[in-house]
Amino acid sequence: MSVVAAGTPAPDFTLRREDWSRFTREDLLGRTTVLVFYPFAFSAVCTDQLNLYEEVLDRFTEQGATLYGVSCDSVDAQRAFKEKLGITIEQLSDWEPKGATCRAFGVFFEKGGMPTRALVMIGPDGVVQWSWEGEHPGVLPGANLIFDALAARA
Amino acid sequence: MSGGLGSAPLPPLAPKDHVLGSGSEEPRLIVYADYECPYCALLEQRLRAGAATWAFRHFPVRSKHPRAWAAACAAEAAGLQGRFADMHAALYADQARLEDPHLWERARALGLDVERFDADRRSEAVIARVRRDFESGVRAGVVTTPTLFEDGRLSAGVPAET
Repeated sequence: MSVVAAGTPAPDFTLRREDWSRFTREDLLGRTTVLVFYPFAFSAVCTDQLNLYEEVLDRFTEQGATLYGVSCDSVDAQRAFKEKLGITIEQLSDWEPKGATCRAFGVFFEKGGMPTRALVMIGPDGVVQWSWEGEHPGVLPGANLIFDALAARA
Repeated sequence: MSGGLGSAPLPPLAPKDHVLGSGSEEPRLIVYADYECPYCALLEQRLRAGAATWAFRHFPVRSKHPRAWAAACAAEAAGLQGRFADMHAALYADQARLEDPHLWERARALGLDVERFDADRRSEAVIARVRRDFESGVRAGVVTTPTLFEDGRLSAGVPAET
């Protein structure tokens, strides 16, 4: 399994927002979205990654990109994680059925029961524009990689 | 502030960089760090113990370390009165005390013009100086603190043998 490639239409999926409402492929349409898949809430490495993205969030907004954190943690765990970090990046839960969306995007690590560390940028037409997957969860994608992908849009 | 923060090579050592340590040689090490990060303080201790020479660049991330930006600006403001290295050392010496009164206390202890220090640390020029360091780190791929570049090679965290 590997992350969905650029040029592939985003798969159908259902994630849960903080209020338990559904977040689906329809919510991607009409804007540029970056899904930030991370292994677990409250792990140190994930924390650093989301803290950095939060620091430059206004720059992502200027570039027309909306970021979401995605993990297989429950909605409640994600909410607590977000509060602990003091960040505003919305979290989306792939809790039940666990990992279904991560599998659809090709980023579920079966042995670990968690997403790999991956980034997927989807254009306003619902097609994947760019994706990245770490060699292992300890590899942290810098914010610069996302800005590179945003700059490379047609 | 506009435009993205896409990849760019690590800026080479320049006269505007803060070079620290006891050696007289040109530093091969560039450190991105902040003053509220305990691992950065540990790295600082090890570098000093090893008699290293390094260039220090600011990498404050507010949601991670809420006082890191204020502390970075305090160091730069002290630098405008010729005391960057002293303020830098004073900040790492007591990371539990980084609120404004603690910064003024350090400025007084260093014999700075405190009124000028306080105006400078809030000035656009000082904020821009810290932001320039931070953005250069983002563009070079820095995610966490401390991050070291030794002869240009990125290494995140505190190296065991430092």
